[in-house]
Amino acid sequence: MSKKISISKAIGEAMHEEMVRDKNVIILGEDMGVMGNVFGITRGFRDEFGADRVIDTPISESGFVGMSVGAAMRGMRPVAELMYNDFMTVCADPLLNQAAKMRYMTGGQLTIPMVVRMPMGSGRRNAGQHSQSLEAIFCHMPGLKVIAPASAEDAKGLLKSAIRDNDPVIFMEHKLLYAHKEEVPDGEYTTPIGEAKVKREGTDLTIISWSREVDFSLEAAENLAKEGINVEVLDLRTLVPLDWDSIVKSVSKTHNVVVVSEEVKRGSYAGEISAQIAEDLFDELDAPVERVCGLNITSPFSPPLEDVNFPHPADIEKAVKKVLNK
Amino acid sequence: MVKQKYSKEKLVGFYRTMVRIRAFEELAADCFMKGMLAGNIHLSIGQEAVAAGACAAMDKEDYMTTTHRGHGHCIAKGGNIDKMFAELFGKKTGYCKGKGGSMHIADVEGLHHLGANGIVGAGIPIATGSALASKIWKDKHVTVCFFGDGASNQGVFHESLNMAAAWHLPVVYVIESNRYAVSTEIHRVTNTEFLSVRAKAYNMPGKTVDGNDPTIVYEAMKEALDYARSGKGPYLLECETYRHQGHYCGDPAAYRPASYMEEAHKDDCIPCMRAKLLKGKTATEKDLKAIEDEAKAEMEKGLKFAEDSEWPDPSEATTEMYSSDNERSVVR
Repeated sequence: MSKKISISKAIGEAMHEEMVRDKNVIILGEDMGVMGNVFGITRGFRDEFGADRVIDTPISESGFVGMSVGAAMRGMRPVAELMYNDFMTVCADPLLNQAAKMRYMTGGQLTIPMVVRMPMGSGRRNAGQHSQSLEAIFCHMPGLKVIAPASAEDAKGLLKSAIRDNDPVIFMEHKLLYAHKEEVPDGEYTTPIGEAKVKREGTDLTIISWSREVDFSLEAAENLAKEGINVEVLDLRTLVPLDWDSIVKSVSKTHNVVVVSEEVKRGSYAGEISAQIAEDLFDELDAPVERVCGLNITSPFSPPLEDVNFPHPADIEKAVKKVLNK
Repeated sequence: MVKQKYSKEKLVGFYRTMVRIRAFEELAADCFMKGMLAGNIHLSIGQEAVAAGACAAMDKEDYMTTTHRGHGHCIAKGGNIDKMFAELFGKKTGYCKGKGGSMHIADVEGLHHLGANGIVGAGIPIATGSALASKIWKDKHVTVCFFGDGASNQGVFHESLNMAAAWHLPVVYVIESNRYAVSTEIHRVTNTEFLSVRAKAYNMPGKTVDGNDPTIVYEAMKEALDYARSGKGPYLLECETYRHQGHYCGDPAAYRPASYMEEAHKDDCIPCMRAKLLKGKTATEKDLKAIEDEAKAEMEKGLKFAEDSEWPDPSEATTEMYSSDNERSVVR
C-alpha cells in the first residue's frame, strides 16, 4: 500500500516518526517551532514534542549549528535546519572544521550523530544568496555524508536513515521539489544511505544526476526515446558515500556518460564524478564524459537570466547527442 | 590567600596541580626546542592557577571544552600524562592515536573532556550544545568552557552567550584573560576594561577575578558552578592571568612591553603560592620539594612512554573518518 504526499510532507513525516521513536532527536533552527518552518514542514511539532525538542533559534547559524555539534557529542541526535543552503557560509566552521573532523581528530572517541537539513537549488527567483547548489563544498570535506534526494519516497527513507546514522549528514532538499506529490509506501521504512537508484533503464548512455535534475533528466530521456536514443538515468540519491558499483555497472553497459547537476560548473561534484570515471573507467568509454551544470556565475534574479543558469531538458538532450555524436 | 577554611590537602593539592602542569609544559617545550616534536605547541605556563582552581571546583562528571592552549585543563581534570605526551609525539598510544596532536586532545569517556580546539572560539557553541543536552536530560552536569580573551571577540561567543542565557543552560564560560591574542593586546581591540561586563548584555552574571591565585579561582568557580547547576543559567567568569611564553612555543613575543613579563613574574602563581604555603606553615620546604621532584619524574616517565611508543601504521591514516561505511567513504 502507498499514499500520495508531497516531498515536504514526506520530510516532515520522517522527522516526526524519528522523534516519536527516539527521544534524543531534537530539532533546531530558525522558525522551526511556533511557525512550523517557512515551508510548513514542522507545523504542529512544537505542540506535540515541546519547546525543549523543537527549538526556535535566533538568527545565529554559527551558534546553533555549533551547539548541535556539542549536543551530538553528548549523544543527542540534533536535526538542525539552515533555511537555505547558502547560509552555510556563516556557519562554515561548525560544519566543516568541527562536525566533519571531530571523530577523526579525537582518534574515534567522538561521534557526531547530527543532521543538517538545507533547502537548496535554483528556480525560485531568489537571486544569488538564496539559490545555490553547494553540494561540492560538503562533498569536498571528509567526515560528512551528503544526501540529495529527488523523490518523496527517498526523501523520507533517507532522512530517517540520516537521523539514525552516527556521522554528520548534510541533507539537501530542492525547494522546487517540496510541492511535488508522489507515492510513498505506508508504514515504517528506511532507505539505505549510499545506494544509487536506476530511475530509467537504457542502453545507449548513462545520465548520472541527483535532486531536481533527475526529473529533468528523465524528461530528456523520454524526449530522446522518441528519436530512438535509449538513455539510462541513474539517481545517485547519496553523494557521499558514492555508490561507485552502480556507476560501474551502468557505464559498463552504456559506455557513454553525461553528468547533470545545478551546480556552478567549475569545481562541481559533477566534475569530480566525471574525473573518477575518466580515471577508472576510461576503457569502458566510447566518448569523453560531458557535464551539464549551471554557469560560472552568481545566480541571477531576473527569470530569463536565471533560466539559463540551470540545466533544462533541452540542454541535457543536446549534451547526450553531443556525446553520442548524433 | 591561605585561609584556615582550606585543608592542607586542598591547598597542597592546588600547588601540586600547578606544578605538574608547569612541569609538563616545560618538558614539552624542551622537547619542542630540541626538534623532537612535529608541528607546534601552545603552552599555558603562567596560567596554571586557572586550570587548577577551576577544575578542582568541578564535579568529576562535569563536561569541559578547552582550546589550543589546553594542556593544563586536561591535566587539572585528571588527564593521563603518558597519553598526553604520546599524543604530542604523534604516537598511536596517544589520546587521539596521534591523529589530533597537541591542539586536539580529548578524553570523552574518562574525563568528560570534549576536546581542545584549533579554531579560536569554536569550543564555545560546542560547550553550549553540551549544556543544552544536560538541560534536556536534566542530568545536573555543568559544562565548563575555557577560552582566551581573543576568543571573546569571535561572533560565536556572543551568539552562544545569548542563547545560553535565553534558555538558562548550565554552562560556565571561563575566560583566561592573558591580554594577548597572539600579538594583539586586548585593550587595543576592545573598549571595556573587563570582558566580564559583556555578561550584562545577556542578563547573566559576570565576574572578573585574579586568575593567579587558585583559591580565588576555585571560590569564584564554585559560585559559578552552583549557579549553573541550580538551573539559573550560564555564568561568565573572567580570570586575569599571564601567558609567560609567546603565542606558540618559540615565539619571542617581541610585541609585548618588558613590563608585561615583569608583572607576570611578580604575580607568578607557583612561586607566590609556594611562599604562602611556607609562610603559613601549611607545608615545609621538604614537602614542596618532594611535590616538585615527583612532578618532574612523572613527566620524564610520560616522555619516555611517548618515545618508546610505536608510530601509527600509515594504513591508519584512513581509519576513523566515518563511524560507518568508512572505507567506501574515504576511497571516493
